[in-house]
Amino acid sequence: MKDSIYRSHVLICTGTGCVSSGAKTLKESLEEELAANDLSGEIKIVETGCHGFCEKGPIMIVYPEGVFYCEVQAEDVEEIVEEHLLKGRTVERLLFKEPMTEEQIPSYQDIDFYKKQQRIALANCGKIDPEDINEYIALGGYEAAGKVLTEMEPQEVVDTIKDSGLRGRGGGGFPTGLKWQFAKNSESDKKYVICNADEGDPGAFMDRSILEGDPHRIIEGMLVGAYAIGADEGYVYVRAEYPLAIKRLEKAIEDAEEYGLLGEDIFSSGFDFKLHIKKGAGAFVCGEETALMNSIEGKRGMPTPRPPYPAVRGLWGKPTNINNVETYANIPYIINEGAENFSAIGTEGSSGTKVFALTGKINNTGLVEVPMGTTLREVIFEIGGGLGNGKKFKAVQTGGPSGGCLPEDYLDLPIDYDSLLDAGTMMGSGGMVVMDEDSCMVDVARFFLNFTQSESCGKCTPCREGTKRMLEILNRITDGEGKDGDIELLLELGEHIKSTSLCGLGQSAPNPVLSTIRYFRDEYEAHIHDSDCPAGVCTELASAYVIDEEACIGCGKCAKVCPVDAISGEIKNPFTIDPEVCIACGACEPECPVDAISQG
Amino acid sequence: MAEMTEEKLAEYLEPVKEILSRYEKKERYLIPVLQEAQEEYGYLPEEVMKEIALGLNLSLSQVYGVVTFYSQFHQEPRGNNIIRVCMGTACHVRGGDGILKAIRDELGIDAGETTDDLEFTLESVACIGACGLAPVIMINDDTHGRLTPEKVPEILAKYQ
Repeated sequence: MKDSIYRSHVLICTGTGCVSSGAKTLKESLEEELAANDLSGEIKIVETGCHGFCEKGPIMIVYPEGVFYCEVQAEDVEEIVEEHLLKGRTVERLLFKEPMTEEQIPSYQDIDFYKKQQRIALANCGKIDPEDINEYIALGGYEAAGKVLTEMEPQEVVDTIKDSGLRGRGGGGFPTGLKWQFAKNSESDKKYVICNADEGDPGAFMDRSILEGDPHRIIEGMLVGAYAIGADEGYVYVRAEYPLAIKRLEKAIEDAEEYGLLGEDIFSSGFDFKLHIKKGAGAFVCGEETALMNSIEGKRGMPTPRPPYPAVRGLWGKPTNINNVETYANIPYIINEGAENFSAIGTEGSSGTKVFALTGKINNTGLVEVPMGTTLREVIFEIGGGLGNGKKFKAVQTGGPSGGCLPEDYLDLPIDYDSLLDAGTMMGSGGMVVMDEDSCMVDVARFFLNFTQSESCGKCTPCREGTKRMLEILNRITDGEGKDGDIELLLELGEHIKSTSLCGLGQSAPNPVLSTIRYFRDEYEAHIHDSDCPAGVCTELASAYVIDEEACIGCGKCAKVCPVDAISGEIKNPFTIDPEVCIACGACEPECPVDAISQG
Repeated sequence: MAEMTEEKLAEYLEPVKEILSRYEKKERYLIPVLQEAQEEYGYLPEEVMKEIALGLNLSLSQVYGVVTFYSQFHQEPRGNNIIRVCMGTACHVRGGDGILKAIRDELGIDAGETTDDLEFTLESVACIGACGLAPVIMINDDTHGRLTPEKVPEILAKYQ
């Protein structure tokens, strides 16, 4: 390699999160500053993929010390170069502070957020330059593909994956080895493998981060899968909303082709594999495997009934294996480390790790990868650093629009596929949204149903009509017009839609409603019977604000912020709020310098 | 577009013909061709859809069916800047609605509409996948995170 020896490496995260927080300008000023100090030959800047800690971005890690700086801006560069890179002194003000203890943590490995994670799928994310194939290879990349292609029979590969206990990470949790076995068993002159990167669940972004941070791992996982089932062509179906992921994957495929890791006669084994990228066009239902294949074929992305399963009749009628991004990301590890070492991680029914996108009202937002069986409490309070602003935990929503909300009583639940299903939610793709006492559970259920309703493709009646009727009822409840029997009707409709819809979208769409009724029925009842939204979110139900005339000093600040002009009065005289016009948004309350405004 | 002369129309369709010339006549290329054509024209006018149907040996109804199915495709002219306001879960619980409202007030258009001067098109989208920065909007390919309604005018001004 042409690189000289550097005494220090500065890693800057250039994932989507950090770029929007200013990582590109940060990198440019660092380049300039290094050049100005004649350090360009001694210190190397590496652009990496996502570290998962997007909220604290832009993130910079200085090696060999492993010092972790967060929220670094271009203005900080001079000090970092002067103090750290020249004098060897850590710039303390840029270190991460633990939200609970305010303690400053210099090193990457010692931060609670990272310390308690076990990274397999995300192992290289944030560590390597995703656009440099040599960095992936240097960390053992393509060793698994080499081993499989030169030393293993396809059936041995399938058996290894079966023994590992790996289950689909895209939501369903179907055993991956079994899926491969079905596709392998199908006789055909042509087979395909597909990577489902149509990550559409609101609140999930692990697939995007893996593609942006370690694209070669996906190529390698697909290569192993293709060899195992006997496919010579593959597609990665990526959301068009992920331009950076597409760009990095394109580069990775080009480089792999140049190195002979894709194309013909790979590792002189006689095995050929060609990989294409297919950009989605914005339809959530395309995450469903049969809809996704229709979309690749150039049709409307609507699901078709199964069976026949894709393993028998898939893309263009040929046997096809479809797995999710994170599933493929686990494959190289299983081949390299062995099925036993993989299945030793996690729980009995759910082996390995799972990546969660931890978001919502939580201190440390980001991507976390933990062994299956970790409890919700550990993820939310230890890794996630608890809730912000001293608010009380109310619920955690898992599984995106297909999942449900769990209350405080379930915080000690070990997370795996089966325990979540029993509790009325699901793993889904791994979104985990934390809600505090200011979140209204009826509103949350309505939010998700509104999403699935608008994304319903319209092919089957239960999903198309059923979700619409459920949404109408929820809208009525949040508008204060709920009536007796609404809850029962929602439950009945929900169960019917679940059992009669054609695809996973409809079969899981009622989950957010059913789970919130199960655990937070009192909130529904308060909306319906008492016309009250306990969290104060549903503005139609909230009572208007009033101004205490005695206390009002007539400054008029409140009137300026009122979005509906409900506040009137003359300067230096008491102002009044028209209760008929007030939407109870609360915008006026913090404006008042003398605390004269309150909710009536 | 009825007023276009034959000559003008032929000229107008040059770019889409060029795009079609790079693809085989197969249904599987419909979505990539539509994506490229929309990139070129900014939206998908009827004449362009007709040309694509002809070029890929499909019926116009097949093309229309695909265009109307996917939210990425548009049949109306769009603004120079596309604002996508994230309505995902994380943004929802962190006040995404307030951001949408602030943009609506600032531009005087609703989600799904374009300003009269064709400067901005406002859309609400399900999830941008930048949940760590919620609430988030995307303007063209730039992501703006950790927003408050107060920051909206300043950000929009950069694109005016």
